[in-house]
Amino acid sequence: MRSPGSPAGPSPPRPPLLRWFVLAAMVIGMLLPIVPLVIWSFAFRWSFPDLLPERWSLRAWRYLAAPESQVLPALRDSLLLAGAVTLLATLIGVPAGRALGMYRFRGRAVIEMLILAPLIVPAFAVSLGIQIVFIRYGLADTFLGVTLVHLVPATPYMALVMAGVFANFDRQYEDLARTLGARPLQVWRWVTLPAVLPGLVVGALFVFLISWSQYALTLIIGGGRLVTLPMLLFAFARSGDNAVTAALSLVFIAPAVVLLALIARFLGAAPAAGGIRGL
Amino acid sequence: MFWSVDPERPRIWLMLAPMLAVVFLLFGGGLFFALIQSFGYLPLIGQTGFSLAAYAAVLRQSSFLASLLLTLYIAVTSTLIATALAVAVALAIRATTRGRQALSFIFQFNLPIPHLVGAVAVADVLSQSGLLARVAAAFGLIDDPGQFPVLVFDRAGVGIIAEYVWKETAFIGVTTLAVLHAIGPEYEELARSLGANRWQRFRLVLLPLMLPGVLAASVIAFAFSFGAFEAPYLLGASYPQVLPVLAYKRYTAVDLAARAEAMALCVIITLVAGAAIVAYLHVSRRYLRREAD
Repeated sequence: MRSPGSPAGPSPPRPPLLRWFVLAAMVIGMLLPIVPLVIWSFAFRWSFPDLLPERWSLRAWRYLAAPESQVLPALRDSLLLAGAVTLLATLIGVPAGRALGMYRFRGRAVIEMLILAPLIVPAFAVSLGIQIVFIRYGLADTFLGVTLVHLVPATPYMALVMAGVFANFDRQYEDLARTLGARPLQVWRWVTLPAVLPGLVVGALFVFLISWSQYALTLIIGGGRLVTLPMLLFAFARSGDNAVTAALSLVFIAPAVVLLALIARFLGAAPAAGGIRGL
Repeated sequence: MFWSVDPERPRIWLMLAPMLAVVFLLFGGGLFFALIQSFGYLPLIGQTGFSLAAYAAVLRQSSFLASLLLTLYIAVTSTLIATALAVAVALAIRATTRGRQALSFIFQFNLPIPHLVGAVAVADVLSQSGLLARVAAAFGLIDDPGQFPVLVFDRAGVGIIAEYVWKETAFIGVTTLAVLHAIGPEYEELARSLGANRWQRFRLVLLPLMLPGVLAASVIAFAFSFGAFEAPYLLGASYPQVLPVLAYKRYTAVDLAARAEAMALCVIITLVAGAAIVAYLHVSRRYLRREAD
C-alpha cells in the first residue's frame, strides 16, 4: 500500500500472490469441466471413487461413427443448417450493417434498438409464439422453418458486427474507384470487400456458432423431426451413457474451439465484445 | 467515423429492408402471436375470444411463484458471481505482462461452447459420483457418493448456477477486458501521480470508468439466464422448475388449453427480461456518464 505522502517515489511491486491465486483459479475453473468429458469419452468403465477409469476403450468413439448412433446424418444436418443460416444472415446483415454504420439518417437510433431487441428478448419465448403461424404455413417441422427461426438471433448479430465494421470504412475509397471507372460490382469486389472482410469473417463465424449451438429453437420449431447434433446430444445425456455423451460433446464443441482459435490467431481482438458495445 | 449526410436515402431503407423483415415478421410476429395466444385467442382449438383467464390460471398455481422465485434467484445469483469473478480475473490479467495472451485465450475459450455441453460438463464435475466427489473421496472426506452434497438436479439450482457462472464469467470477462483496454493506463497513472493509493485508484478512477461496459454485459447475462432453457432443462430438479421449462412443459401438455398458459408464461419471461434492460438503459442514461461512442 502506498502512502499518499510519497507520490513521486518509485512504485512498489504489487503483491502478486493474490493475482496468481486469481489467475490459477481462473485457469482451473475454466478448464476443469472439460477434463471429465475427455476422460469419459475414452473410458470403458469408470466407477466411483476412481480418479481415472479402470479400463480405457474407444467404444464411445466407435459408436459415434457407427450408423446406428445417427451421429453422421445429424452432423450433416447441423452443418447444412448452420451453413444456410450463415449465408442468409450474411446476405441480410451486411447491407443492414452498411446502412447503420455508414449513414446518418432519421430513425437510426430506433432501428438500432429494434435490431438489438432480438438479442436480448429470450428467443425461446418468440419461437413458442410463432410456432402456431409456422404450423399454419407448413413451416413447422421443416428445415426451412428451423432456418427461419434461427435467423432471429443470428441476423441482428451480423448486422451489429458489420455496423461496427462499416463505421470505420472510408467511403471515399469507393468514390475514388468509381471515378476511375469501376462498375458497382467491381467496386464491391476490389475495394469494399477486402476492407470489410476480417469483420465479415468474424461475424459469419459467430453466426455459424449461434445456429450450431441452438437447441431450444430447433426443438420447438423442428418438433423432433430435424435431428441436429444438439438434439442427439440431449437424448444421449438423458439416456445416462456418460461415455457416448462425452464423446459427442467433444465433437459438438470441436468447430467452436477451432473457430475461436482462428479468430484469436488472425484478428487478435476479442470479437465477442463487439456486438454489445452499442448498448 | 465517416458520416455522409443523406446522399442516397432510398437506398438506405432498401439495405435495411431484409433485416427489418426479420425483426418485424419473425421476431415481432413471434411476440405478437405469443401475446394474443396468452389472451386466449386460439382459433385452432376454436377459441376466438380475448381474456385474462390464462394469466389468472398461471398466477393461481402455487408452482408459478416457486418457479418465478427460482428463476430470479438463479439469474441474479449467477450474474452477481460471474460479474465479480469476471472483474477480478480481468484486472489480474491486465496486471500481468508475461503470458497475458494465453491467459486471455483460456479466459474466453468457453465462449463458443454451447450451454448444452456446459450442462453436461458441469454434471460430470458436480454430481455425486462426479469429479469433485472422487477428489473428495481421494482425500478421505467421503466414502460413499451419497455423502457428497446434491449439487445437480437439486432444488436449489446449484448445478444450473454453476453452468451459468462458468459461461457468463467468460462473457462478462471478455467485455471487461475490452473495456479496460479502451480505458488505457493514463487515468490511473495520473491518479497515482496525484497520490492515490491502489484502492483509491480502483474505487475512484477505474471502477467508474469500467462500470457502464461491465454493467451492460451483466444485464445481458441476466436477461439471457432468465430466459434460457437448455441448462435448467438438463440440470434442474423436477420441482420447482424455472419459468422457461415450465412454459415448455405447459406448451407440450396434452391439454390444448394449457397453450394459453404457456404463452402467458412466455409474456411474463419477456417482460421481466425486457424490464431489466429498460432499467439498465434508464440508469445508464441517468447516472452513468458515457464516454464517446
